[in-house]
Amino acid sequence: MATIQSKIGEDTGEELELVTAARKGDVEAFGKLVSKYDRNVFRIANHITQNREDAEDVVQDAFLKAYKNLDRFQGNSKFYTWLVRIAVNEALMRLRKRRNAKTVSMDEDVETDEGSMPREIADWTPNPEQQYGSAELNEILTKTINGLSPGFKTVFLLRDVEGLSTEETADALGLSIPAVKSRLLRARLQLRERLNRYFKSKKNGDQQQ
Amino acid sequence: MKCSEFFKELNQYLDGDIDADTKMELEEHLHWCKDCYVVCNTTKQTIEIYRHNEVYALPEDLRSRLHNAIVSKCKAHSKS
Repeated sequence: MATIQSKIGEDTGEELELVTAARKGDVEAFGKLVSKYDRNVFRIANHITQNREDAEDVVQDAFLKAYKNLDRFQGNSKFYTWLVRIAVNEALMRLRKRRNAKTVSMDEDVETDEGSMPREIADWTPNPEQQYGSAELNEILTKTINGLSPGFKTVFLLRDVEGLSTEETADALGLSIPAVKSRLLRARLQLRERLNRYFKSKKNGDQQQ
Repeated sequence: MKCSEFFKELNQYLDGDIDADTKMELEEHLHWCKDCYVVCNTTKQTIEIYRHNEVYALPEDLRSRLHNAIVSKCKAHSKS
């Protein structure tokens, strides 16, 4: 069985040149970095705030904050990882403001046994992309990931969707590496279990258990 | 190897983050344990489906609006 390969977040020489130029005040160079990562920041912001308007504000605030603080970017981490950390913090701040609560954190509701061992086991054939149209599939995926606790969801998002390493995810969320590893396993298994309801093989019209 | 031991190593196996000996042990288990094989395969599909199908895609018109707003705020900051 082939392993999963990460797809984004590799710094290129060109990207470092853009960062250097932007640091000297070249806004056009910074605009290219915005174009490269705006989709990622928008996605992270939506997942954390669960509010479209807040997500739009987070995108603007995160990039502006990055621009203003480029002097503090040391280059010992990737620009993308540094940006994600800013975006996560901005999104959490926005969420706290909206909920008017001091307690919003990545530690919410993670004490659960769900997903520690698989319960429902069935093949997914035909594969989900063949079973559902893209709009319907998107709805299932959105609903399912939003059912996870924020602490699990954000780890899965950064690590598996946005392509950060375990260490980078721990750094962005202020978690220990063992905590990221354990949450990632639980998040992956919980998502699998929940998606299984939609994707499990159906034989002769009966749902397989 | 028990199924519970297999699950402890599932992430490392899916991420290719294991040594050759452990990998061989896990694959030996997968060879005869159909349940673990199915869970491993569907967990891999879970990750891939979230990578390939963008949840909260950024529409182009909003994207361009946000881009312009960011660039003009950065310009204003540079001038100040």
